[in-house]
Amino acid sequence: MTASPSLLSGLLNRPRYSPMVRTSLGFIGVALVALYFADISITTHDPWAEINRMVVGVFTPDFLAIDAIGSALVKTVAFALIGVALGAVAGFLLAQVFHFTLVRLVCSFVRAIHELFWALIFLQMLGLTPMTGILAIALPYAGICAKVYAETLEEAQMPALKTVPLGAGLVSTFFYVRLPDVWIHIVTYTSYRFECGLRSSAVLGFVGLPTLGFYLETAFSEGNYSEVSALLITFYLLIASLKYWLRPRLIGIYLLIAPFLLGGGMDIKLTNVTRFLTQDIVPAPLRGGDLMAASSWFEFSSWASHLIHDQALPGIVATLLLTQIALVGTAFLSLAFFPLISEKFIGKKGRVVGHLFLVILRSTPEFILAYIFLQLWGPSMLPAIIALSLHNGAIIGHLMGRFSNAVLLRADHPSGINLYGYEIVPRIYGQFLAFLFYRWEVIMRETAILGILGIATLGFYVDSALAEIRLDRALFLICITALLNVGIDSLSRHIRRRLRLNRTVQSY
Amino acid sequence: MLHNISLSIQEGERVALIGESGAGKSTLLSALQNRFRDRAALIPQDVGLVRNLSVFHNIYMGRLDRRSTAYNLLNLAWPQKRDVAEIKPLVERLGLGDVLFKVTGELSGGQQQRTAVCRALYQGGAAVIGDEPVSAVDNNMANLVMSSLSQQFQTVVLAMHDVDLALKYCNRIVGLKDGVIALDRPVDTLTRRDIDFLYAGSG
Repeated sequence: MTASPSLLSGLLNRPRYSPMVRTSLGFIGVALVALYFADISITTHDPWAEINRMVVGVFTPDFLAIDAIGSALVKTVAFALIGVALGAVAGFLLAQVFHFTLVRLVCSFVRAIHELFWALIFLQMLGLTPMTGILAIALPYAGICAKVYAETLEEAQMPALKTVPLGAGLVSTFFYVRLPDVWIHIVTYTSYRFECGLRSSAVLGFVGLPTLGFYLETAFSEGNYSEVSALLITFYLLIASLKYWLRPRLIGIYLLIAPFLLGGGMDIKLTNVTRFLTQDIVPAPLRGGDLMAASSWFEFSSWASHLIHDQALPGIVATLLLTQIALVGTAFLSLAFFPLISEKFIGKKGRVVGHLFLVILRSTPEFILAYIFLQLWGPSMLPAIIALSLHNGAIIGHLMGRFSNAVLLRADHPSGINLYGYEIVPRIYGQFLAFLFYRWEVIMRETAILGILGIATLGFYVDSALAEIRLDRALFLICITALLNVGIDSLSRHIRRRLRLNRTVQSY
Repeated sequence: MLHNISLSIQEGERVALIGESGAGKSTLLSALQNRFRDRAALIPQDVGLVRNLSVFHNIYMGRLDRRSTAYNLLNLAWPQKRDVAEIKPLVERLGLGDVLFKVTGELSGGQQQRTAVCRALYQGGAAVIGDEPVSAVDNNMANLVMSSLSQQFQTVVLAMHDVDLALKYCNRIVGLKDGVIALDRPVDTLTRRDIDFLYAGSG
């Protein structure tokens, strides 16, 4: 340890480092400090025995559990289809009025809340009904689609606008000039969103909806790893074959059938909805109290400060620690992963294996990865760090690999580690940071939700409040989570602007 | 780019703007385009097409202001017979008959340029303003385009790189050099030689 102070000061004080490198070093420093405070112990008694059984399960997938698999996949797809379709249509309409500050704020708030949190909210309001799952997907997706569609429309060149005769109506101009110009981008983005929607839909099973997550959790709790393996493999195949079955012409038909595949559920009771909105979520001290009286507000402020002090603050600290560690973990893993699929480093056959590896990590929602690691190592931050870094590292590694293929090298370029360090990484580093900072907010959203699995981030306190049926507290904490996320989003935007990182295919 | 330019154009004039590239033709022309948006059909240098729509729809857009929104949307989804019938002779005249329902993004530069010309012809009105509308087509086609434009529009203002075509189809020549109007005369008082100095390199 004696060398490190001089090394550190040597690194930090040298003015020759570019702002990008200094920013990177700053983030690494923060993550190291966070790692010092984070709880990364392994608490299970004998993790190796469990890993053994799991590995055996992976290699003996049980496809005979076809009923469960079929039902899980059909419902996962049906929820994703309807949820994403509603979200995309609503987002498209909102994009037309996105220049209003109020619309922008509502959208950023709505998308700052994770699908699982939305599901938990709607569960209280609508019960275990298909509508709960649909809205849990549609609402945040509307928020993100509105933003991306609006930006796409804003940035399109549209050279034809100046030739449109004056007096052509706004609607005609929109459909003839503005929309055709961006249509292909909107379709591409929406189909990417559908892939995300499949993952969201799968994870909704963990709160009781009849999608993949539900069957996974059941199989896990029974220690039936062969069924887990079969479920996951069919899910990967479903995602890998998207381009064969997700045809624009077929979507209409799918959407007509999907509502009949969601399965039943309890009836939605209007009394539940009204009670939820008018009583359950009203902070306890204000419920039924006299809103004019100073005493109710005094009680409210002590209620809020206790909640902030005992739950929100520890939750925020844990969420931030985990986010920063996972962000840097993601960075290192994506730098390690991208050569696996890069033409510059690996031959054709090797790249097939690399792609397979990254596709599996990308397609497994971080929530499911974290759930698996948690079964192995017990509830500490370690499973969450590994899960978040693997999943996000695979996503960014995939994008960087594609970027590295486009790099033009001179004929006498070096090879191996020199090629990596001197030619490729410096050229794609800006892009890499841009991807990473776009991902920051996503990582934070996931970090908060992993609390449901027992890690003490904000989601943990939300989940506990729900278990005690204290919906007012849960909603208060969810709002704090959303604000934290909006804060990270604007910080990330600030850093990107300061480092002049190019706009990229964002939200990947 | 331009220095203190004043230019007045009378109804019925067919004006050609000529001069070396960089002399200020495009700048002057876009100033004119902005000024006369309400009265003139435009053929911009970048042709101003919607790349993902067909030739038919791009041409139809010249009259977007004359039909109801509902009709425009119907025609976007299902091209209506009467509009197809109206646009067909136009495209056939300029050799675009085979590609009427192709998206313009897949066409050659010359075909795109002719589509932009067709749109202006279809839009009609009293005047047309165009920035090098025949730069990407062969000589025969260039003559066809120029005569179509002169027949359709009472007033024509075009930036031209082909001086012979300008002399043939226009009745007034405005020559730009280094951002000022260096020549402005009726065609019948001009010969080729009076024009050469514009292209003699800037001093």
